[in-house]
Amino acid sequence: MKSSAGAKMWSSMKYLERRVIHAVLLLVGASILSFLFSSLAPGSFFDEMKLNPQISPETVAALRSQYGLDQPLPVKYFRWVKSVLHGEWGYSFAYNQPVRSLLMVRARNTLLLTALAMALAWLIAVPVGVWVASRRGRWEDQLTSASTSLLLSVPELVLALALLYLVIRTHALPVGGMVSTGFDRLGSWGQMTDLVSHLIVPVTTLVLASLPILIRHVRASMIEVLQAPFIQAARGHGISRSRLLFHYALPAAANPLISLFGLSIAGLLSGSLLVEVITGWPGLGPLLLEACFSRDLYVVIGVVMASTLFMIFGSLIADVMLVAADPRVRTDYASERA
Amino acid sequence: MGTEAAARLALQPALMRARGLSKRYVQRTPFSRRSFAIEALVEVNFEIAPGCLTALIGQSGSGKSTLASCLAMMEKPDYGEIWFEGSEISHWSHRKLAPLRPRIQMVFQDAAGALDPRFSAAQIIEEPLQIQHRERGQNLRVRACQLMEEVGLPPDWANRSPLELSGGQRQRLAFARAIALKPSLLILDESLSGLDLSTQAQILNLVLDLKAAHSLTCLLITHDLSLVGQIADFVAVMHQGRIVECGSAPQVLGSPQHPQTCKLLASVQVLETAFRAARAGGRG
Repeated sequence: MKSSAGAKMWSSMKYLERRVIHAVLLLVGASILSFLFSSLAPGSFFDEMKLNPQISPETVAALRSQYGLDQPLPVKYFRWVKSVLHGEWGYSFAYNQPVRSLLMVRARNTLLLTALAMALAWLIAVPVGVWVASRRGRWEDQLTSASTSLLLSVPELVLALALLYLVIRTHALPVGGMVSTGFDRLGSWGQMTDLVSHLIVPVTTLVLASLPILIRHVRASMIEVLQAPFIQAARGHGISRSRLLFHYALPAAANPLISLFGLSIAGLLSGSLLVEVITGWPGLGPLLLEACFSRDLYVVIGVVMASTLFMIFGSLIADVMLVAADPRVRTDYASERA
Repeated sequence: MGTEAAARLALQPALMRARGLSKRYVQRTPFSRRSFAIEALVEVNFEIAPGCLTALIGQSGSGKSTLASCLAMMEKPDYGEIWFEGSEISHWSHRKLAPLRPRIQMVFQDAAGALDPRFSAAQIIEEPLQIQHRERGQNLRVRACQLMEEVGLPPDWANRSPLELSGGQRQRLAFARAIALKPSLLILDESLSGLDLSTQAQILNLVLDLKAAHSLTCLLITHDLSLVGQIADFVAVMHQGRIVECGSAPQVLGSPQHPQTCKLLASVQVLETAFRAARAGGRG
């Protein structure tokens, strides 16, 4: 007979195994759909060459054949799968290099931007949400509610343009790109400040765009929990207000927030595409846009797959955190298994 | 307890006294400036005699739980005074109330909701002891196990989650937590509702045992008038936010003066008659 700890470990391993199998199936499904939809789009990367009189149709046909674009869809798909297994993720026609190396650099830039924005947004949203929940109905709550409503109604695009306008008018910060010219000649402190000054506009836009949703979720979850009898009981034991809010109520209100945190992770690669394009941040956004315009097939599929990977990873992290944080989820899962 | 004994107790200074207590909730209609007010408590005058079990009865929505919340200082009344052990506490700040809170403890109706599911049984009892710095280290767990034993829960269950306990066992755990801080007033907010009859009887015995062992004063909020007749020393009847009748239990239940009390008693008789008829019909 297995011990209780052993049984729990076994159950957790089975759960993780099931989730990983789901993730692989989801990735396969997403890749097939990506191929299917991209094949529905008219034209290919080499179509522009056909308009160039200096390039003969035979050369274009040879190039199409070289890159396998003349093959039927299933063949193209399996060639791409083989390339993924070799760690190349297909080949970019425009950049003339494997997609993986291209994606790695751009994804790193995107992650720098989005991870910073996500961390800042959560660091602001949690204390503000907790605080306004504890001041429910008072002027602080009403002011925050009005501000978040206003922010919610302004599209990300407008926020980014307004910030850019402000920065251009005041000449306070550099506009566009990730670093200034002559970045390599700067010392490490200079490089750091240059990078931070370029990060301010896109990070602020992303924080302002996600903040109202996060604050509202934290507030709503906290208000629900603050009315729970076990919180009333803890209050009746003479607990301090800050300990009640952060040590008792916040962990109890964490479930919906953990799910939301998973969504935040899921959006790390795909959530900033528009802002990157507007602010000229050299991340995945501009790369995807260029690839769509030039029909750089495997780059588009690579970006979609990387975003899908983060979606799956985010939801997996949220599920694992939920199981770890809430005994009720563990109980539900155990009874489901039984 | 007889009428004489109740009268003797009534002469002692009250442990808790409410004077002119009023509480109103204002609800706003969404997307509108219109609002409506609910008068939960209207000029309530109420006393709890020390060492007694006072029952607060009334229809749903009559203001019983609001009164209990105000007396336990979970909510601040809009007007009026609350005197507890000689001090007027209704306007005390959160900080000033902190050392007084252990003296007034509540046991809620929903035992499942009243116990934090993230804690084990022992941790739930340890929580108030930790907050009030009453015990430390190993002593904390020893005390928690003692309290579990006192309410009839095996100390071996210390590491069990409240999710693994039945409704009655959860309520026992809630009682263990409530008496951990040695309160002088225990407010039972419909703590016996939602339990089956045999569990109710067991919990009731537990209440009476704890009351005797810890010299507790109890305020019992309930709908169950047959229960009130058996265990309460004093009874107060609430209707539309007001205390409409109060006195010793035999006096209020034996010769009710207010129509609302008569109505409540009549409804119990109607229920009992219907229940007997149903039982007789079932046998037939």
